[in-house]
Amino acid sequence: MTASDTQTATTPSNGPVEVQREARLARFAVMTLGPIAAAVIASGLILVVFGINPITYYTFVIERGLFSGLGLEQTLTRMAPLLFLAAGLIVAFRAGIWNLGVDGQFLLGAVASAALAPALLGVLPGWIVLLMGFVLAGLVGAVWSVLPALLRAYQGVNEIITTLMMTFLGVSLANVLVKLVFLDPKTTVPQTRTIPVPDRLPRLFDSTISSGLVWAVAAVLLVHVVMTRTAFGLKLRTVGANPHAAAHAGLSVPRLTVAVFAISAAFAGLAGASEILGVNGNVRADWNPAYGLMVIPLVFLARFHGVGSIILIFFYSALLIGSESAARRVGVPQDFTLVLVATLLIFLGLAEWLDHRRRKGGG
Amino acid sequence: MEALLTAAFLSSLLTGAIVAGIPLLLAGLGEQMSEKAGVLNIGIEGMMIFGAYLGFLTAWSTESIWLGFLGGMAGGMIVAALMALLCVRLGLNQIVIGIGLTLGAEGLTSLLHHFQFSRTYPRLPAPLRLDLPILTDLPVIGPSLFGRHPMVYLALIGVIILAWAYRRTNLGLTLRAAGEKPAALDVAGGHVVLIRTAAVLFTGAMAGLGGAYMANVAAGLFIPFMTGGAGFIGIVLAMLARGRPVWVLIGALIFGAALSLTTALQVAGSNVPTDVIQMLPFAAVMLVLVIWGRKARLPAALGLSYERGAR
Repeated sequence: MTASDTQTATTPSNGPVEVQREARLARFAVMTLGPIAAAVIASGLILVVFGINPITYYTFVIERGLFSGLGLEQTLTRMAPLLFLAAGLIVAFRAGIWNLGVDGQFLLGAVASAALAPALLGVLPGWIVLLMGFVLAGLVGAVWSVLPALLRAYQGVNEIITTLMMTFLGVSLANVLVKLVFLDPKTTVPQTRTIPVPDRLPRLFDSTISSGLVWAVAAVLLVHVVMTRTAFGLKLRTVGANPHAAAHAGLSVPRLTVAVFAISAAFAGLAGASEILGVNGNVRADWNPAYGLMVIPLVFLARFHGVGSIILIFFYSALLIGSESAARRVGVPQDFTLVLVATLLIFLGLAEWLDHRRRKGGG
Repeated sequence: MEALLTAAFLSSLLTGAIVAGIPLLLAGLGEQMSEKAGVLNIGIEGMMIFGAYLGFLTAWSTESIWLGFLGGMAGGMIVAALMALLCVRLGLNQIVIGIGLTLGAEGLTSLLHHFQFSRTYPRLPAPLRLDLPILTDLPVIGPSLFGRHPMVYLALIGVIILAWAYRRTNLGLTLRAAGEKPAALDVAGGHVVLIRTAAVLFTGAMAGLGGAYMANVAAGLFIPFMTGGAGFIGIVLAMLARGRPVWVLIGALIFGAALSLTTALQVAGSNVPTDVIQMLPFAAVMLVLVIWGRKARLPAALGLSYERGAR
């Protein structure tokens, strides 16, 4: 805290670039690592209340999620859908759009790819099938955002409510599609036809890590560069910062709004495809991992920064994998991760507030 | 089609509309108060689930359903107090903190339930029914409308009181000022932060009560994640009702009916998949928004924190 205080205090706005850079890094460390540490400790205290030794729990989770060979591979594989979702959320949030409907877009994208791939395998070469699965999932995701997009762009209807509605609708529609339309007649469990393991996304090297990870990382980096370094990104950020100013500057705000929705939802659809074509191979009825609501806080914590999001999602993914086996071994339900993310958000908010107050007081 | 119009079907549909609709009504009324005051309360789902757990725990340990309702209100208000502190007092982002509180309350109640009851789901004794004389004896609508738990009637009285208060008292005007133009209210000597805090706490109490109703009356037990999006439906109801409590009631009954239509259809011997029917209310909302979207008006300062002197 003190390091960053003195740094920012002694750095004038036109100071040397390196000093500014250092100050920014220090501030980032305090503003990001501080809340993480506070959240880990506060959640640990909750474990103490339940009579669980938090050190045992955290050690187990870290060992399982990060330092066991298979655990690390699972962690990296789990990152792929989370990263695609993050890419979509970064676009939307930077453009000031609250796309809270990513879970519906994700599920329908997943169902679309799960329906298409088994039907085309054997007809077309494997890589074309996978590519088409991804494209279709992205399209379906985008289509699922058209209504909220048009309502927001041309009628001014708040997108929080409409995207939430579309998620509820999407979850049910995905179930209807799985149970009635794309049902695998050969199994008793209601699920879509399973894509054979060799036909799924190739695995990386000699590991079990799905290559979806590579595309997901690329997607986040691409989004980051487009949003921060291109004219198109600047337009979107202008719309997000001040739609009236954007309209005055001659930007077509409604059109850009629709574009943001479509891009954001398409990435959510890709996330679904990466989970199905890379890992699960089919969609079971009532399957809904609800990744979306969990990724939103992480993207916020990274302040919409691409690389920051990748790092945070890596650790979150390790937490998910580690806590899954901790539920069996240490006896703490996996829902503990929800508590950890929630406390993290609260401490993040408090850190921002302190920072805001300190700057206001200083300036 | 004629089979659908039997007395058994209508009766179970009406019962379902009320049993599933009351929690939505309570949540919607609560959310409406927050939104009027300019706070978009996304954390309401968390308030409901916390109210459901605390309400159930109180009712289970004291063997009094009424103390259970009080516990539920307290549970909702605990989460609401956090929301008020972070979003109203400190001015943090209402949507992010709201999602955080919902996730946190869901996770925490799941942990609490796990360490208290392990894998068991103890049941409460069947709830009290208040049979209104004569009316209960009416065919079809009698038992479903007039043989319900007293909380149902209290919720309906709540609609009337709120409608009156918003229209006829200063409360309605003050809330609107806090939501439309907080700076004007501040200049006029009103206390924006205090009013918004009170509104959020009221939301918490109502949402907690709704959760407690779900656990103690509708289900008779607590299951983690049992609110299943009811809070979000409450948000939608409040947004569509444009500030009118009676519209929240109508919406809650329609959603309640749709959510329980599957049970009613099973009574009638029809076998339409649950998921198709669960889509109906949401599809209806989208349709309404497409047709009348321009009119879905929200308070001007909704979602914006108020800081005196800030532009």
